[in-house]
Amino acid sequence: MSSGDGVSQSSSKKSKKPRYSRFTQQELPACKPILTPGLVISTFIFIGITFIPIGLSSLSASDAVVEIVHRYDEVCISSNANDDEAAHFARIGYIQDDRTNKTCTRTLNVPKKMKQPIFVYYQLDDFYQNHRRYVKSRSDEQYKSPENEQKTKTCEPEAFNDDRKPIVPCGLVAWSLFNDTYTISINGNTIPINKKDIAWRSDRTHKFGSNVYPKNFQTRGLIGGAKLNESIPLSEQEDLLVWMRTAALPNFRKLYGRIETDLEANDKITVVIQNNYNTYSFDGKKNLVISTTTWIGGKNDFLGKIYITVGGICLFLAIAFILVYLLKPRPLGDPAYLSWNKDPASY
Amino acid sequence: MSSGKPLLSQSGPLSAPQPHPIHHNRHSSLTISSLGCLRHTTSISSSIADETLDDNLYDLKEVEEDTVTTTVSRNSREGSAFWPKRKEYRSAELHLQCPRRKRKGLVSWGGVADSWLDISALEVSGTSSRVQDNLNKSRRSERFLQISMQLAESITHHDNPRLIHINDPIKTNEKDDFSGNEIRTSKYTFLNFLPKNLFIQFHRVAYLYFLAIAALNQLPPLAVFGRTVSLFPLLFVLTVTAVKDGYEDWRRHRSDRNENNREALVLKSDKFYPKRWKKIQAGDVIKIHSDESIPCDMVLLGTSDPSGIAYILTMNLDGESNLKTRYARQETNNLVLEGSTISGIVRCEQPNRNIYEFTANMELKGHRFSLSQSNIILRGCQLKNTEWAVGVVVYAGQETKAMLNSAMTPSKRSRLETYMNRETLWLSVFLLIMCLVVAFGMGLWLKRHEHELDTLPYYRKSYYEKGKVGKKYKYYGIPMETFFSFLSSIIVFQIMIPISLYITMELVRLGQSYFMIGDRDMYDSSTNSKFQCRSLNINEDLGQIRYVFSDKTGTLTENKMEFKKASIWGKNYDCRLSLTGPSGVEGEDAKFYKQKWRLKSEIFPNSELMTLLYKDLYGEEKIAAHDFFLTLAACNTVIPIVSECPSSGLDCTPGDSHKSIEYQGESPDEQALVAAASAYGYTLFERTSGHIVIDANGEKLRLDVLGLHEFDSVRKRMSVVIRFPNDTVKVLVKGADTSMFSILKQSHPSDDPVICTTQSHLNEYSAEGLRTLVVAARDLTDEQLAEWQCMYEDASTSLTDRSIKLRQTASLIERDLTLLGATAIEDKLQEGVPEAIESLRQAGIKVWVLTGDKQETAISIGLSCRLLTTDMHQIIINGNSEDECKKLLCDARDGYFLKSASCCDQIPKRKKSAEIDYLEIPSNTKSASPQLHAGQEDGPTSRPLALVIDGNSLVYILEKDLESELFNLATLCRVVLCCRVAPLQKAGIVDMIKGRTDDMTLAIGDGANDVSMIQMADVGVGICGQEGRQAVMASDFAMGQFRFLKRLLLVHGHWNYQRIGYLVLYNFYRNAVFVLMLFWYILCTAFSTTSALTDWSSVFYSVIYTSVPTIVVGILDKDLSHKTLLKYPKLYAAGHRQESYNMFLFWITMVDTLWQSLVLFYIPLFTYEESTIDIWSMGSLWTIAVVILVNVHLAMDIKRWVVITHMATWGSIIVTYGCMVVLDSIPVLPNYGTIYNLGKSPTYWLSILLITVIGLLPRFVFKVFHQIFWPSDIQIAREAEILRKRRRFFES
Repeated sequence: MSSGDGVSQSSSKKSKKPRYSRFTQQELPACKPILTPGLVISTFIFIGITFIPIGLSSLSASDAVVEIVHRYDEVCISSNANDDEAAHFARIGYIQDDRTNKTCTRTLNVPKKMKQPIFVYYQLDDFYQNHRRYVKSRSDEQYKSPENEQKTKTCEPEAFNDDRKPIVPCGLVAWSLFNDTYTISINGNTIPINKKDIAWRSDRTHKFGSNVYPKNFQTRGLIGGAKLNESIPLSEQEDLLVWMRTAALPNFRKLYGRIETDLEANDKITVVIQNNYNTYSFDGKKNLVISTTTWIGGKNDFLGKIYITVGGICLFLAIAFILVYLLKPRPLGDPAYLSWNKDPASY
Repeated sequence: MSSGKPLLSQSGPLSAPQPHPIHHNRHSSLTISSLGCLRHTTSISSSIADETLDDNLYDLKEVEEDTVTTTVSRNSREGSAFWPKRKEYRSAELHLQCPRRKRKGLVSWGGVADSWLDISALEVSGTSSRVQDNLNKSRRSERFLQISMQLAESITHHDNPRLIHINDPIKTNEKDDFSGNEIRTSKYTFLNFLPKNLFIQFHRVAYLYFLAIAALNQLPPLAVFGRTVSLFPLLFVLTVTAVKDGYEDWRRHRSDRNENNREALVLKSDKFYPKRWKKIQAGDVIKIHSDESIPCDMVLLGTSDPSGIAYILTMNLDGESNLKTRYARQETNNLVLEGSTISGIVRCEQPNRNIYEFTANMELKGHRFSLSQSNIILRGCQLKNTEWAVGVVVYAGQETKAMLNSAMTPSKRSRLETYMNRETLWLSVFLLIMCLVVAFGMGLWLKRHEHELDTLPYYRKSYYEKGKVGKKYKYYGIPMETFFSFLSSIIVFQIMIPISLYITMELVRLGQSYFMIGDRDMYDSSTNSKFQCRSLNINEDLGQIRYVFSDKTGTLTENKMEFKKASIWGKNYDCRLSLTGPSGVEGEDAKFYKQKWRLKSEIFPNSELMTLLYKDLYGEEKIAAHDFFLTLAACNTVIPIVSECPSSGLDCTPGDSHKSIEYQGESPDEQALVAAASAYGYTLFERTSGHIVIDANGEKLRLDVLGLHEFDSVRKRMSVVIRFPNDTVKVLVKGADTSMFSILKQSHPSDDPVICTTQSHLNEYSAEGLRTLVVAARDLTDEQLAEWQCMYEDASTSLTDRSIKLRQTASLIERDLTLLGATAIEDKLQEGVPEAIESLRQAGIKVWVLTGDKQETAISIGLSCRLLTTDMHQIIINGNSEDECKKLLCDARDGYFLKSASCCDQIPKRKKSAEIDYLEIPSNTKSASPQLHAGQEDGPTSRPLALVIDGNSLVYILEKDLESELFNLATLCRVVLCCRVAPLQKAGIVDMIKGRTDDMTLAIGDGANDVSMIQMADVGVGICGQEGRQAVMASDFAMGQFRFLKRLLLVHGHWNYQRIGYLVLYNFYRNAVFVLMLFWYILCTAFSTTSALTDWSSVFYSVIYTSVPTIVVGILDKDLSHKTLLKYPKLYAAGHRQESYNMFLFWITMVDTLWQSLVLFYIPLFTYEESTIDIWSMGSLWTIAVVILVNVHLAMDIKRWVVITHMATWGSIIVTYGCMVVLDSIPVLPNYGTIYNLGKSPTYWLSILLITVIGLLPRFVFKVFHQIFWPSDIQIAREAEILRKRRRFFES
């Protein structure tokens, strides 16, 4: 569109003919894949031969994990009630009573050698940490900086204490902080559980303020769980940080701490549990989990099995396809298969 | 009042008859409706024209049938008695008799009858009266009414004239505030933009849905999303639309400003000064120079030409490229040329949008004379070939006809969209079920945990104060909680109803239109017109057309006429013969012929005829031939434009006095005839409003034109009254044969050899596909002339019902004519029409031709465009009564199908099989042949059938119960030709097919007579041809040539259909898979409608994460190249079989969706069972997994990967990651840091891979087996196309 030309031409008659470009004429260079039998077979085989090794390696990784799971909520409570109903209330009464001694000692067997680091988790079942009321009941602004102490609007019903002072950290999530404790020893020797660095780094450094201290916490009539040391800033209350990353599913584990010594096979470990946390009111279960990890995480065969299955199916499909294709071959793009050629009478 | 009085006198005869006793029987009809009034009007009119009643009777019979005729004949008896009385109650108590409102309607319909609409208008009256008669109103006639009412609406009444004081804008505007010349096409101003735009936007249901959801979310117990987040989708679409609207409006503002600030010369105290357009007012006198645009509608007062002619180019207004002439009245032109000022009054009708009509009169120095269409020049036109023109502004600004015409056509909704709405209903049902499940689940869960709720750490229904249970926290009892849970699940699952799909579709169609407009193969170089998309809603309908209804003239043919044959005084002359004639004669011809005038077109005169004309022998034959060509030269509205030797002329030597002459006219027939006359030595070279000058064999004949009755579609003829130099007065008439033979002087009709032979010649001509006209003349005696003149004057200055009065006047002289001969003009087929029709037929599209032409012409054109073939059985139906039609239909049926019973049985069967076909899996192509031929197979005859039916029969058939019989017959025929059909009948036929089948119809036409058909059909296509822009204005798509229809349907239609079909299914899937995934998760959260995904991700999902690829694919993807599609038209049947979108595909897609959503949900669930995974990590995984899944799903279905597609698809995934990284980097959000921690874990990546593969595996397997073993036609063609290309690539 040189301007000089345009002027002289427009005076006579401007052609409205669309200008040619490969774009406007829909003729851009294009890749047009079609499903040739070769492509199909190689796709199936490719998926098969990549998935099976992945499956095998994740299965072996999962196998390498040594895991001790011990449910203690029922054994750590003495209840002599006959019927379920009474037992239920007896348990609640027991757990809500401050005065009773809730110490409970369990002995566990190490099935295989466990290399450090060994992770100690607590596992809660049927605890809906993903309930909408629960998930929403927090104020990340408040946790981050002391100026936002008053920003508790989202924290109901645990926003203020009885004196209308804001609770720090506010919200149901913080209020219901898990408060069972475990002490592990082998043959009387206490094995230290390292509780540092159990929360995410990002949580410790940015999300929770290092100058925000707990205030008015657990001061109302109903105690939900652990109390916090008011002299330690939130960013260092790692149990809280772990707890505040609410779980996705109703059965979940949370990291309690790390054991940094190896455990030998058939070691008898003694765990002293302070059974404080009330899951009895909603029939939730509590487990202690001691486990090693591999690249795949904890013990879970699912990934490995499903990878192998899918890989197998794909190989099977490849073979099936070859067989069917041999029985009923169709040359690609053969006009004889066009509907009007196949059935000329109809036209 | 003084000004009003003469006006009333005009309308006097119209409604005056009331006092007369004989009209009592029609009194009632006057009060029924405006339609009733119209019928009434026509009947009265005929009674006034007592002398020519027979003629009128004939005409009326044609259009109105027997209902009116009876009335007319009753009046006829009293007619003559009534006549002299007329004047007495001319200005009578009209006001009192007919209430004002009724009068209005009456007058307006009179106005309608003036224009091209009159046939339809009259017919509507017929229809409606019949409807009233037998109370069972048929659905169709109601629809007819609607259409014609719409058309009629465009013409407003003019019983209240507007007064324009020439050159006195102040006085003109003092009483009524006429609008200034400032135009405003923009919708908004700076201030009202926001409220007005929002108001307009919220007219859409989709936005209301968004608004309702957002409003729900603001309620405290329901706040699922954060408040701002929930407003985002609404704000987003509102902003996008507002920006789009704002930009468009800004452009309109800018062009308005340019337009308004142009300057024109305006008379002010005897001199012309430049003035801005926007300052011009009605009443101003404006001078316009050559090549300037006309700023407003103005009545010509004078031009540089002494005879007052101005040539204008109406390109911008109606698209016609030929110059039109407009006249200044001689009275004013003289004044202007003298330089004296004019002061007078123009009385004109109120502004209306009919650009082909203008009625006014002018009062100048006590004289009153009429003004018509030929005296007005309209805004938007350009002055050409005229040095200057002076005119007075009558309509300015928004009231100009150009501005009033700028409205858009009513929008249609595509078939696919209707189906889509049906499926949307299903989705709503799913939504409802999911919400109910969640709500009941919530209710049951609450019931079970009722006693724990107070202390339940994750529920805590109460506050605790000082150790005691306090008030409730967001707890309203189980029933209310259940209900709230229902509402909040609606909020969470809102995108199940794919509202964004409507916006997506709009964008996609916009893109598709861009490509259709930009297609160089649909550009017509002869008219310099691109393809136009006037409607943006029905692109995909183009891929499913089953019936094409085509006009003939100008659509199939070029509408460029060529004079071919003539029959003069019973002798046939073939004009093509001269080419082979002896060269000596031809040289002689050339001597006469090239004597003085050079024509643009080339006609080789017939030598025999030439010698006859140049013989001095006097005889009947010679006189007839002379009169014949004189009529051809004189009886027309063609304007000769004489120019000295054209510069480009080859044999143009200096000093050569030859002049070149170009004929400009509105009717191509006339141009051809005048050119032919010129070739035979009768050259029309001057025309003014008062006289014409003809060069007859070198002799200048100055003929005074006393009056001219223009062609109209009721009379079907035109006539001029000419005074020869020797003071004899003749009426020269030419017209259609049907209308002419009845008004010939009939001494002994059968005996007259001329009439007989001419008639047989006419039949010959039309059998060859030529258009025929009959030429006749008559001498007028002085008395007849005087009578006619009196009536003509009265009629032509009348403001109301001018055309009806003129028609009566015409019938006064158009009788007792002497037949001179007949002409035959060839209307050439457009380029590529036979091929296009052949392709369409192969594609399984039925082409029906609906034409106003004669049966013979129609058949011959049908043959020449390969619509009819010689091996076809022609069933011809042309009955003149109901019984006759019934008999013909039955005969046809009995003749070709064994018995009627079997015929009737076939229909439901056929329909059933069609339905089965529709539901067929695309793979199942075994029986996928177009099922329309099934019917044919059943018939005992193997030869294809062709049905030819004429308008008369259609009158009986369409109105009575015979419609279904016709339908049964017509659908079994391969070709249907309807000839002699009126515009509304065209619409009636389209409606018949629309009403009785599910098939899509397309109507294509170029003229105003096709408008009703174009509006009635599912898709209307206008041809921008010779006949103006009415059809284009009413159409959905417009193009230059008929042959583009092939490309439009077979290529673009197919692509659009396939694209939109996939787009809809994919969008359903895309939203449903997401919602289902959320639904499964909610079942794991104690039914608490928690979403693991962050609020922003939920909102962005359909707006940002996945929307762009669908739009790109919807615009750019194509399965087959245009070459393949054009080569195998049968591939178009995919659209007929609804292969891209049908119920089966919908359900398959939904099953696939269910599977994929389960995979999406359960793979991570099992992978992270009893693990430390937190809700945001899980949500993050789901977000990315679902985005990858749907994009890979799309990628699997993309058939053509271009760079943009790659960018859109993979780019979306990258953008999603980008968004998630950004969202996870904001510390105040609870999900802070998630993606960083998650990305480190291999399990996360393995899960995504696994989800994608497992999710898509069934689909892939299905697709593979389907495509390889049960391929669809399209699949095969695609393979052939690609493999051929690859092979060529490897070979080279």
